[in-house]
Amino acid sequence: MDMFKKNPSLPVFIAVLVIFTLAVTFLSEAYGAGAISTSFVKTLGKTLCLALVAIAMDLVWGYTGILSLGHFAFFGLGGYMIGMWLMYARTKIIVLESLANAPLPPTASEISDAIGTQIFGVVGSSEFPLVWYFAHSFWAQIALVVLVPGLLALVFGWLAFRSRVTGVYLSILTQAMTLALSLYLFQNDSGLRGNNGLSGLQNLPGVDGISQDYISIWFFWASAFALLLTYLIAAFIVSGKFGSVIRGIRDDEARVRFLGYSVEGFKLFVFTLTAVIAAIGGALYYPQAGIINPAEIAPIASIYLAVWVAIGGRGRIYGAVIGAAFVSLVSTWFTGGQAPDVNLGFYTIKWVDWWLVLLGLSFVLVTLFAPKGIGGLFDLISGRLSPNRHGVPLGPDKGSLREEEAEK
Amino acid sequence: MIGRLFSACLMLLTCALPVQAQERTIQDVLQEHRVEIETSSRKTIAPAIDAIASSGLPAAQTVLEKWQNKDMWQRKADGLFFYATPADGGTYTLFDFDSGETVGVFEKGDLDQLKPNSGIRAMIGAALVQFQLNDPDPVRRREALLAIQRDGEASHLAPLRAAIETETDPEIKQLKEVTERLLTISFDKDDAARVEAIESFRGSITLDARAALNPLLSTSLAYAPPEDANIAEHVHSRFDGRHMPEGVTRSEAVALLQKHGVLGAIPDEQSIHDALVAHMVNDQVGGIQRQDLGSPDARYKAYDALVAEGLVPARISEYDVSETLAYSPLALVYDERSKAVTDAAKVTLSSISRAVAFNQFLDLSLDGLSLASIYFLAAIGLAITFGVMGVINMAHGEFIMMGAYTGYVVQQIVPDYTVSILLAIPLAFAVTFAAGVAMERLIIRWLYNRPLETLLATFGVSIALQQIAKNIFGTQARPLTSPGWLDGALTFNDVVSISYIRIAIFVLALIFLGVFLFIMKKTRLGLETRAVTQNPRMAASMGINPDKVNMLTFGLGSGIAGVAGVAIGLYAKVTSELGQDYIVQSFMTVVVGGVGNIWGTLLGAGLIGFLQKGIEWFNPSNTLAAQTYMIIFIIIFIQFRPKGIIALKGRAAGD
Repeated sequence: MDMFKKNPSLPVFIAVLVIFTLAVTFLSEAYGAGAISTSFVKTLGKTLCLALVAIAMDLVWGYTGILSLGHFAFFGLGGYMIGMWLMYARTKIIVLESLANAPLPPTASEISDAIGTQIFGVVGSSEFPLVWYFAHSFWAQIALVVLVPGLLALVFGWLAFRSRVTGVYLSILTQAMTLALSLYLFQNDSGLRGNNGLSGLQNLPGVDGISQDYISIWFFWASAFALLLTYLIAAFIVSGKFGSVIRGIRDDEARVRFLGYSVEGFKLFVFTLTAVIAAIGGALYYPQAGIINPAEIAPIASIYLAVWVAIGGRGRIYGAVIGAAFVSLVSTWFTGGQAPDVNLGFYTIKWVDWWLVLLGLSFVLVTLFAPKGIGGLFDLISGRLSPNRHGVPLGPDKGSLREEEAEK
Repeated sequence: MIGRLFSACLMLLTCALPVQAQERTIQDVLQEHRVEIETSSRKTIAPAIDAIASSGLPAAQTVLEKWQNKDMWQRKADGLFFYATPADGGTYTLFDFDSGETVGVFEKGDLDQLKPNSGIRAMIGAALVQFQLNDPDPVRRREALLAIQRDGEASHLAPLRAAIETETDPEIKQLKEVTERLLTISFDKDDAARVEAIESFRGSITLDARAALNPLLSTSLAYAPPEDANIAEHVHSRFDGRHMPEGVTRSEAVALLQKHGVLGAIPDEQSIHDALVAHMVNDQVGGIQRQDLGSPDARYKAYDALVAEGLVPARISEYDVSETLAYSPLALVYDERSKAVTDAAKVTLSSISRAVAFNQFLDLSLDGLSLASIYFLAAIGLAITFGVMGVINMAHGEFIMMGAYTGYVVQQIVPDYTVSILLAIPLAFAVTFAAGVAMERLIIRWLYNRPLETLLATFGVSIALQQIAKNIFGTQARPLTSPGWLDGALTFNDVVSISYIRIAIFVLALIFLGVFLFIMKKTRLGLETRAVTQNPRMAASMGINPDKVNMLTFGLGSGIAGVAGVAIGLYAKVTSELGQDYIVQSFMTVVVGGVGNIWGTLLGAGLIGFLQKGIEWFNPSNTLAAQTYMIIFIIIFIQFRPKGIIALKGRAAGD
């Protein structure tokens, strides 16, 4: 298998993921010793989803050189799509229960009105907006998880790549798209409950008798499986000829174009595919988080995504996974108030307040001094060396890797 | 000439009055109408008030005011009227109306207080109007006129007309004339006079004119209106079966037809539901089991069965209702009877609304201009660091925030707002210049030609700075108060106005543009900056130190951001997220305008500012939507002009 030959890290990653999944399962409250609380299982499951979207980001940025600041928007859209079904189905069950004692059995329109009032009461409406047309159908919404972000990425990417918007301009443009989307969703009449967002997503309809202990571990398994699949897909893509072309685009777009490749087509494919992967990640993430609102897809979230990939080490798939897992878990630890305060005598550093400062500065330091990120440590272990090119970039393009950060 | 004649007459009158007064005091007038005043009934009091008001005696106004305020008392012993103020121990000091002198102190038991009811007080108030309108104090005359404009009555009309001729102050005279016309529109009995008054407001945009004219055109829905009714329009002629004409709701029309017996009760879903529940016997209604009633068809069937038994009114189909509505003589009838008046009002209102629309357009343009200058201010620093140097600085917004907080801190130390703003501007420049230079030395210079890395590294600085500001100043908004002379607004008329702060920001934006052009075109630094940007190696060969030039240029851009922060802080709340709100728009401004060209930035700011205000105009309640659509517009705009409005050409373009 070419894929395994080109990615020696692949079996290691699979083994680590399997061992980790089994370990969490046997330590969980549902299937094992109960050493890991249900909320921590959820945190771990969410972390796996973030690792998944980080792989998508690494594909589009680390391998293709497009610094997209919009992939967390696709992630959020995926969450919204699945959230619509979860909320509809859950509300329907509640409404049917409450209407069971009505003098007449309810008609279809009465049920729909009651659900509408329940869901949209907070934004002063009771009508179902058009975007909820398929909300009653699980399979339709699952299809929309893929279709809506995929189409958005396709149209946006087509417009952007067609007019040869590259580099920072593309980054700013994607950021503008993210901002537009989140501002749109913040409106009450966007049809998705404005800044209230969708809530109660952790309650799966139809599994009332089962506690969150079990549901959380199921989602954990699903996230681990999705991560594994994504990793395999990413490894497959980057190891073949396709991978060589997109790396070529990253390092020297003009040269690849002159060689006769359709640069725009390759970019569009990667952009759309990663958007779909991100959306699937979101569809798995938000049922575990329980709530989604427009603040989740603000531009800053997409920038954090880039931060994770950069800290983990871009241009290598396991780097993205490590970066996302490491930064988001450490972030949870610091902001959750578990980190001990540091008393300097004249001032006590409370990490809840100072964590973002630390993150920001460490991010600057990583960019300046350790462009390989955490992933670079593995090069030290394997001790692989490469010819010294005196620090010049691998290609003239704005997204190309520096010599210091290239995997040898 | 007429005015002079009139004042001569007035002098004659005032000379004549004392002669009369010796024979007749206000007390005499009051005594003549003693019975009416004591009875204090709304039906009979009018002659008494008229007599007092028209007596021409100087004390008449005092009497009416005291009476209205329930300060007029009657002495039981002789029935004479006085005004009184409470003295010690439940006693009252009485004063004579005519002379104003103290009459004496009396027990409460010896006196009767006159307590006019609210109806009488209103009549006294109307009578008082003529005195207020002729008050020697112009401030009080103006107050009285404004009170009449707000809350006019038919009874004000006569005294107001009488008071116009005698008015000497031209401004108040004009106000009186306008008020007279407004009252004429609403209350005059003569239609020709009203039409004339209405037409005099053509093209005017004052709120009062609109407030007086709009009620004239209020309509109500009528069934088969009488022949002489002033009909606005026949409803059925514009009824298309589904949509009612503007201003009429379907349910309103149905209710009217039901009231006139044309339509019977129309059972809706809810009443069908209730009827079925009410007639349920043994879980069965109309021959259908309860559990089968979960569909509309089954419910209709059961209901029709009840109809057949004669228990409930029959269903009427939507179609039948629509047909009945379409063929019924329904009409919108003006509440105002006179057709001439409503026609004139319609014409005048449409001319007013044209004038208002034009002025709103002017106002919107001013708003757009001021928003554009805010965007320009926020973006001009970026035009240097990003536009000229090509460095993506995501912390630019945080430099704006630092400038605003510098202004806030200076205000805490220097209490005088004018001095503190003048101090804050150079200080903010110094602080952010230093921060910019530090950032350039420590981070950016290692990443030249690595724009994506610069973006991420400066973003790291941005979140760190934001959080530090949050830790120091807290999360709540801090006020940056503008000096008193910037309070208020420059008002052109009722529609067009602009606050002085916005004018100041506009002026500041112009100054910055000038400073930028001066530095770039006329100074050594500008020359070296342009040289280093175009070709660093060649510039270095010519003896320019590119490191130093880059450092200073970046510092300059950051410093300008700091000053912009002070200006923006005056207009918006100072929070740690202040910069974040502007960063995307600022980049958009520079990109849309065309990177590397200050005129492009100016055009970009103008385009974005006017566009956003223009979109807001369509949907004023929703600024979020305006921003969304604006960003979408920009994304599409960049498709057609990827290099911005003003694209650099040739070697300067850098590719």
